[in-house]
Amino acid sequence: MMLHISVEKKLSHFQLKVDFKILDEIVVLFGPSGSGKTTILNMIAGITHPDSGTITLNQLPLYLQKAKPVPIQKRNIGYLFQDYALFPHMTVEKNIIYGIKDKRGAIESPLIQQLLQVMGITHLLQKYPGQISGGEKQRVALARALATEPKLLLLDEAFSALDQKTRSECHDELIRLYQIWNIPVILVTHDLEEAKKLGSRILFMEKGKVIDELINKQHVELYQSNIL
Amino acid sequence: MDFNKDFTPLLLSLKVAGIATIIVFITGMMLARLFTKRNFWGKNAFEALFLLPLVLPPTVVGFGLLILFGKNGIIGRLLLDWFDFQVIFTWIGAVIASTVVSFPLMYQSAQAAFSTIDQKLEHAALTMGASRWRVFWTISFPLAWPGLLSGLILSFARALGEFGATLMLAGYIPGRTNTIPMAIYFAVEAGHMNTASFWVIFIVLIGFSTILWLNWWSRNNFRRYAQESKTDKR
Repeated sequence: MMLHISVEKKLSHFQLKVDFKILDEIVVLFGPSGSGKTTILNMIAGITHPDSGTITLNQLPLYLQKAKPVPIQKRNIGYLFQDYALFPHMTVEKNIIYGIKDKRGAIESPLIQQLLQVMGITHLLQKYPGQISGGEKQRVALARALATEPKLLLLDEAFSALDQKTRSECHDELIRLYQIWNIPVILVTHDLEEAKKLGSRILFMEKGKVIDELINKQHVELYQSNIL
Repeated sequence: MDFNKDFTPLLLSLKVAGIATIIVFITGMMLARLFTKRNFWGKNAFEALFLLPLVLPPTVVGFGLLILFGKNGIIGRLLLDWFDFQVIFTWIGAVIASTVVSFPLMYQSAQAAFSTIDQKLEHAALTMGASRWRVFWTISFPLAWPGLLSGLILSFARALGEFGATLMLAGYIPGRTNTIPMAIYFAVEAGHMNTASFWVIFIVLIGFSTILWLNWWSRNNFRRYAQESKTDKR
């Protein structure tokens, strides 16, 4: 798997200009609020479009200048939003199988069952998002994002609303999921500790540009040892 | 009170208000949705035009409709030439008047309802592969439903009570265009205070119970959401 993004977009206070590649790894976009991190995720997901440039996933173009961009629905990218964006009027079960084409027996499928187990949310299926805690919501949202078997996972400040302990648990779960499914992950955060703990590579952003890059050797080794 | 009343005004009012409400619900919802999603040149002017009947005297609206739908009006002439059909002095004229006058209420409610929906919910549904049509019916519509319903009820009540524009466009023709508000006015004119009182009480009761129910319903709905977020937290 490889994602290549090379785009420019005019934002209100600066010009966003980035060019980087992502392999099967967890890449962290780290930087202060308003540095363009979420905009990058939105462009990859297809929610907004760049002014110019290209975005390709496994050599297939998602966005090419002057061509019609691939619509959001066809990109098959999992997106975990900052406040989870769970559908408040649907049960946890309905939320998780929302993106699955064949709904009948979908919850029994091996993939979903494994997700429910790894995340420890089987007992929440009949509850509504308003009835569960922040950490549980986060896990449900992650399970929902992975249920459609995306080729890439985007996490936007996905842990920032959680308390220290829950956050740490959720970090461990993400690492575990990553080891099982091994799909590229882009994580946006402004928490350096989180960035160091999760990222195999950290891209430091400021005013729409990547100003520095850190390769987390420890992590690369850890991931490789687990995968092999 | 005399109960051997002629109930034509009631049936006619329900028919006119019912049809007007259906038209207003669908068009108001669609336009509100379109206008909350898209930005285009002249959007504000269009919106002002939609809301205009809210601030204009109904007789002015009626006058405008008369100009449009009259024998020599743009639409009136087309209808007459193509279908040999006239809306003036028919119950369809009453439907048109009620539709135009109650439209702003539906439009405003629907717009408020749609604009409070978190866009991220719709985006999340799209990233999971749902079509825009499916996103609308499974996410936007159910979440906007409380607002849409209150718009629906307000529009119905407004359509039921419509008088000025209806009188201008449909006139008062017993058995054809005598809706309840018309019946009241012309009963008073003719000195039939009993008939007038009957319809007045009737329409006050409908209005009162509508508002009562709407208030009860919206309070209940808010309570349900509030409880959901409080219970069962770890």
